[in-house]
Amino acid sequence: MPDDPTRPDIEVVDLRKRFGPLEVLNGVSLTVQPSEVVCVIGPSGSGKSTLLRCVNRLEEPTSGSIRIEGDDILDPECDIDRVRRKIGMVFQAFNLFPHLTVLGNCTIAQRKVLGRPRTLAERTAREMLERVGLADKVDEHPVRLSGGQQQRVAIARALCLHPDMMLFDEVTSALDPELVGEVLASMRQLADEGMTMLVVTHEMGFARRVADRVVFMDEGLIVEEGPPEQVLDAPREARTRRFLQQVGERDEA
Amino acid sequence: MFTVLAFAVGFVLALMLAIMRLSPLRPYRWFAAAWIEVFRGLPALVTIFTIGYAVPIALGFRVPGVYGPGAMALGIVYSAYMAETIRAGIEAVPRGQREAARSLGMTSARSLVSIVLPQAFRIIIPPLTNEVVALIKDTSLLYVLGTTASTIEITKFAREGVSRTFNITPLLAGALVYLAITIPLTRAVGLLERRNRRAR
Repeated sequence: MPDDPTRPDIEVVDLRKRFGPLEVLNGVSLTVQPSEVVCVIGPSGSGKSTLLRCVNRLEEPTSGSIRIEGDDILDPECDIDRVRRKIGMVFQAFNLFPHLTVLGNCTIAQRKVLGRPRTLAERTAREMLERVGLADKVDEHPVRLSGGQQQRVAIARALCLHPDMMLFDEVTSALDPELVGEVLASMRQLADEGMTMLVVTHEMGFARRVADRVVFMDEGLIVEEGPPEQVLDAPREARTRRFLQQVGERDEA
Repeated sequence: MFTVLAFAVGFVLALMLAIMRLSPLRPYRWFAAAWIEVFRGLPALVTIFTIGYAVPIALGFRVPGVYGPGAMALGIVYSAYMAETIRAGIEAVPRGQREAARSLGMTSARSLVSIVLPQAFRIIIPPLTNEVVALIKDTSLLYVLGTTASTIEITKFAREGVSRTFNITPLLAGALVYLAITIPLTRAVGLLERRNRRAR
């Protein structure tokens, strides 16, 4: 199938997700174009993480459609493991594999999923660790690293499969404040290199500086979306204003 | 020898049972749960008699090999215990580990083998050691199957010694043999655990 230059990397239409009686997503539609950086903000419980987790089907949506580079990933015929190779994901809790070294974390999927020989896998891993500034930590075990270093390893681990797009799920929320910057810097570098990114975050500064588009979610719906200067500085919706005010107050306190 | 074979049989069965127990498919879960309940609930001696005598008589089939029936019987009994231990170990690995593995494109089976099980086994080394020690001691139950000279089992040997000589020294000697096997084993596992902890 020839590549359609106008085809979005991620296309979510009328996505609904229910956990028992709890409606977490009430019909969310969102498109992310190649090389676009979209930040999703909103209060906790607004469904933003669930949205992200549906995009690579770590959560099964209740209804709606999700297309990744045009392929319907909710189709039962779809090979989700193949699709997931194209989507890198970074988690709030890092989720590095504690029984493996940094190098092992970065090579295991290359070797077991892509079937790459060890030498090539290690070369790729070193290259990606270099990109996040951790080339000297290859032989450490994850527990020996700081949170910020662990999270950068997690980014490198995802990059090793050469994904077309990356999902970031509140990746700085578990970090000590002084370690947030190094992780955001790695993400920003990725964005500058043209990676397609869908970022759930509480970092308003990052959203303002890096995002092409900011999406504000509340109660399982997209309330407002647009360029960062519009959504963050001149929000049209009262709910967006209230949220930004609360976040702003906390930052000043 | 009984111990090694029974542990191999038990461990393989237990791993399969534990995975079935956690399967999304209900028939697998039920089968595993039933197996575990039955063989954990029956006295080991009953299972040993069943495999050693009842099955050959009823079905005309005898587990082959000199060690076969005994190892099979103890393997089945211990598979029930070990399955629960392994299941607990798998469940103790944080969910995020599996999610991270799946997000890297690993299949469900691959993430189990490469990511979840290696961590689960580190967690369950202490309880698994308990079960191996119990298994070694329970090989003494196999005397009921009557053993040939090559498989003569320590307790039986000791008991015969006692009745022959009217002296309990052979029994004490048998006890010492068991301790000579189990104590170094638990020591070795302790070392293994310490090494693991350092690696983490």
